[in-house]
Amino acid sequence: MSLLEKTPTGVGMTPDNIRARKLSVVVNIGVAVLAVLLSAAIVLGAGIGNWVLVIVVAAALYLVGLYAAASQVEGRRAARDRIWKALIYSACLLAILPLASVVWTLISKGVERLDGNFFSTSMNNIGARDPMGGAYHAIIGTLEQVGLATLMAVPLGVLGAIYLVEYGRGRFALTVRFFVDVMTGIPSIVAGLFVLAFWVLIVSPWFNNGTPRFSGFAASLALTVLMLPTIVRSTEEMLRLVPGPLREGAYALGVPQWKTILRVVLPTALPGIVTGIMLAVARAAGETAPVLLVAGGAAAINMDPFGGPQSSLALYVYQQAGDASRYAPARAWTAALTLVVLVLVLTIAAKLLARRNQLSR
Amino acid sequence: MGDDPSRSADANAGGPVVTTSHSRAAGGGVPPTPLDGPPLGGGGGLPRKARFSMETGFRGLSTAAGAMVLVIIIAIAIFLVSKAVPALNANTENFLSYKTWFPNDAEPKFGIAALAFGTVLTSVIALLVAVPIALGIALFLSHYAPKRLATPLGFVIDLLAAVPSVVFGLWGRDVFLNPVRDFSVWLNTYFGWVPIFGGDGPFGRSILLGSLVLAIMVLPIVTSLSREVFQQTPAMNEEAALALGATKWEMIRTTVLPYGKPGVIAAVMLGLGRALGETIALALTLGTVFEISFNVIENGGNSIAANIANTFGEANATGRGALIASGLVLFAITLVVNMAARAIIYRRREFRDSAA
Repeated sequence: MSLLEKTPTGVGMTPDNIRARKLSVVVNIGVAVLAVLLSAAIVLGAGIGNWVLVIVVAAALYLVGLYAAASQVEGRRAARDRIWKALIYSACLLAILPLASVVWTLISKGVERLDGNFFSTSMNNIGARDPMGGAYHAIIGTLEQVGLATLMAVPLGVLGAIYLVEYGRGRFALTVRFFVDVMTGIPSIVAGLFVLAFWVLIVSPWFNNGTPRFSGFAASLALTVLMLPTIVRSTEEMLRLVPGPLREGAYALGVPQWKTILRVVLPTALPGIVTGIMLAVARAAGETAPVLLVAGGAAAINMDPFGGPQSSLALYVYQQAGDASRYAPARAWTAALTLVVLVLVLTIAAKLLARRNQLSR
Repeated sequence: MGDDPSRSADANAGGPVVTTSHSRAAGGGVPPTPLDGPPLGGGGGLPRKARFSMETGFRGLSTAAGAMVLVIIIAIAIFLVSKAVPALNANTENFLSYKTWFPNDAEPKFGIAALAFGTVLTSVIALLVAVPIALGIALFLSHYAPKRLATPLGFVIDLLAAVPSVVFGLWGRDVFLNPVRDFSVWLNTYFGWVPIFGGDGPFGRSILLGSLVLAIMVLPIVTSLSREVFQQTPAMNEEAALALGATKWEMIRTTVLPYGKPGVIAAVMLGLGRALGETIALALTLGTVFEISFNVIENGGNSIAANIANTFGEANATGRGALIASGLVLFAITLVVNMAARAIIYRRREFRDSAA
């Protein structure tokens, strides 16, 4: 009789014990219910908190109880696995809560002033006791500033990415690449201060009889500084995804490198590049700090981005948030809703475009 | 290669024509005709390299665009310094150790001590709250969630990153303030003996509120970067761990986390860079007090960026210079943090091309 056929004494190979033992769902739920009851008894009995504390204590008790029960049934390693799984799931729930609250507040408080008047009037001659007033001037400002910034940042950014991918070799290219990455982390307020020091205080007096002048164009300069690294980075990634044989095919036909880049590489990567640009535009549209420093924040409609102070939607939200009028919060929330809708539409459109991109990995 | 391809038609005519081209090359009396367009024949030579062509022009243009990034970073430093120095010279107190901010007086007095302290404290607390949660979500998205759930959830996290900071600031001031105030009062009642939870109130517009709002804002950055890094763990390592009988958590602890460690450190530092520079959310939620205090629940707190946004409106020339000087300090801090983070990312080549 071989060793294999011999059954060890006391260990029968039944379907029950051939698999690892699992903690049953009933026990799991039982532990949860017990934890909630115990926590409610402790917290409400001692009077040290409300239902939020009950939930927190219950969650802690549940983890302890689950660990105890699971280590009895499944062993300590499996119990630890369960605890970490529970913690990771609860981290997810915890992060959803503030997002849900932000969305709910935006919608519930934002609809109060969501009317035609809000989108067709400015804050010109609106006193503290006037319930009306709108964000027409701010929307104009946002569109013009972001548009100008896009016009400046896109050619610069795409060309910079072309340099990094197609031409750049050696130390200098590595340095440029490193500082593009570093530049993505420059705080927006520093970009604002830079344009304040450079454009508003030093350059703009030349055009304005010696007095510094705030303008929408200054804001778009600051936004350009912020958009540039993002555009370079995303364009670079897309250009790197263009297959090498496409370029080699063009070279083999005798096409010069610049024409290969413009006619073959760029069109292939175009959907991805546009996605990156739209994400950069969405971020720039939401920037408050640079606009606050250099655009001046006028209350009246100013269509000319080069002449005199302008406002922007994000700045409008900030100004209304700091306004003492009792009608200001409603205006702030409606403007915030408008801004978020604008930004999210851009972002979602960009992501959908990215999904149709055939180059993406 | 030397022959002009367009001449090949003449070659059919016979001997003398062929010798012409020969004699021309030898005699050198007739200058060679320059080639302007693309070569005509299939077997022709490459176009001669001109001194200035579209190629060199385009190459120069794109190199200039690449160099523009360096120019901008250097220009930021130069212009900030040039505007900050006059104000620093007018300052009658020590800029680095003085705590309050009166740059608009006849005798300007301002210092960055309290502001820098507040900036660092809020950012550190924000990261302490955000990083564990962000890593949890990143692990959930990369290893726990079914794909049908992971994709939309990752999308939502990305959307969270797109929400403008002013909206979070407004939400923090109008909505989140009340639960945080209740929580602060509760902390003060039961844990008042701990110095950071002490004080007599009022509570609410505190470092705690600012840090929690900041935490929500850096959460998506840390999450999306860590998730990318976790997803790149070699499947072989994971399968080897599982084959050795590791539970899922043990597999994550022994393969995913060690592999992703440099990426996670870099993600945390990028989050720190973002938190240090955050302006409007803190300007709306902090209590604006120029003090160095570790008390996190009493009204108070301030940061460099929030101070710039709050006091820019009434600043005169010296005041602006003072704010620019404080911005220069912020620029230096964030530059160091970001460069360190990028250096870590660059050391691991496999992360370089993905973690944006």
